[in-house]
Amino acid sequence: MKLITAIIKPFKLDEVKEALKAAGVTGMTVSEVRGFGRQGGHSETYRGAEYKIDFVPKVRFEIVVDDNVVESVIASIKAAASTGKIGDGKIWVTSVDRLVRIRTGEEGSSAI
Amino acid sequence: MEPASLTWVLVSAALVLFMTPGLAFFYGGMDRGRNVLNMLMMNLYCVLIIPVVWMVLGYSLSQGGSGNWIGNFDWFFLKDIGVLEDNGGQLATIAFLGMFAAITPALISGAVADRMKFSAWAIFVPVWSLLVYVPVFKWVYGGWLGDRGSLDFAGGTAIHVNAGIAALAAVLVLGKRKGWPQEGHPPHSMPLVMIGTGILWFGWFGFNAGSSLAASGQAAQAFMNTFLAAAAAGLVWVITEWLRDGKPTNLGAASGIVSGLVAITPAAGYVSGGAPLAIGGIAGLVCCYAVKLKSKAGYDDALDVVGVHLVGGLVGSLLIGFFANPEFFDGSFGEGLFYGGGAGLLGEQALANLAAMVWSFIITFGIMLVLKKTIGVRVSPQDEADGLDYSQHAESAYH
Repeated sequence: MKLITAIIKPFKLDEVKEALKAAGVTGMTVSEVRGFGRQGGHSETYRGAEYKIDFVPKVRFEIVVDDNVVESVIASIKAAASTGKIGDGKIWVTSVDRLVRIRTGEEGSSAI
Repeated sequence: MEPASLTWVLVSAALVLFMTPGLAFFYGGMDRGRNVLNMLMMNLYCVLIIPVVWMVLGYSLSQGGSGNWIGNFDWFFLKDIGVLEDNGGQLATIAFLGMFAAITPALISGAVADRMKFSAWAIFVPVWSLLVYVPVFKWVYGGWLGDRGSLDFAGGTAIHVNAGIAALAAVLVLGKRKGWPQEGHPPHSMPLVMIGTGILWFGWFGFNAGSSLAASGQAAQAFMNTFLAAAAAGLVWVITEWLRDGKPTNLGAASGIVSGLVAITPAAGYVSGGAPLAIGGIAGLVCCYAVKLKSKAGYDDALDVVGVHLVGGLVGSLLIGFFANPEFFDGSFGEGLFYGGGAGLLGEQALANLAAMVWSFIITFGIMLVLKKTIGVRVSPQDEADGLDYSQHAESAYH
């Protein structure tokens, strides 16, 4: 089992969600986060004074999947979240040691 | 103007001014969080530009002279309007009417929300005010429609129907928001919508009861009608959606209140007794269904300016043809069907609204097309995605 974490542009939220559903992903967790990478921040203006806002709004997806679908899920996210412009975000994959469904007590792949 | 009336008109003018920021919150809360400041600014801009337009030319062209179609230049820059004559009554009236001129284009902002270039809006507002608002206002108040006997107490035809049909024309040129209707575009702050609703209702007492332009019994009845119609419409809307959709919602209550306020606007000084309950109730029911038209017909009127202002305005204006009661007010206006007046008044109401709608739709469509071909009316897909707060104003509402 793997945990796929993806940081994307906020307006791509719905497209990525639909792409994941189409790829057979049945559950996901989404949070509104702020951060920056190579894109850096952006500037806002208040009473003529320009402020550099380093942390720009992003959306983080967290999805636990079986090993055999990792590649296809990454491909789906990449396709849906891409604009080709700087700031499109990142995807990373980490191993998951144990997964428990609280209601039934199921563990492992059957708890996905 | 005698002192009591002058006082009431000045207070009413301030009340109507407050409606524009109220409308901004009402719309802004319904917007998404990345577009709320753009919505507030579109509304605020109307109280920046329109007072100037109104003082320089708007008032003179909409009220000067005795023409049927358009005023004249006699009061260009408010020339020759003194405060020694009539206790300053004319100046108070100009200020009062200027507030109406300001909020009318602001109503359209709810339809074009989330995707119109602010630069295009900045030009649209004064041009629309002079080419659409001013002539229609003249027709209704001192021109051919008013002379034929149609009634519009505080701006049902001249303001709400006018802005509502203009909103439809504007969105037909502008196109749909990205993701509409699939994404649903839920309101980002319902508490903001409720604050806006409260301010609108409060200000609307000046809008309607102030339109007597006198501290009179008619003003008292218009005040009471404004109170009752809004309550009845909010009540009926909530009950309708409760039965239809299963839950009573805040947005339903707020939308119902506004639809009732819109509907009673043309009728406020002409009806009495149970009529405001009937007018408000019917408006609440009809508008609750009318806001669903946009999905079926495929026009993206983002915050339901058509469903609430056009439809609510038409409901109220046509119902005058049934409920107008000149005897109650000792007035010289036509009688409604229920008071033995026959269908004559109803016919005039229909004609007045039809005329206003035809002119407003065609000219608004034309203004939007010219803007589209020249500076463009729509933000880029990237700007729309980033949100208009940042892309148009370099600000963000929430940190």
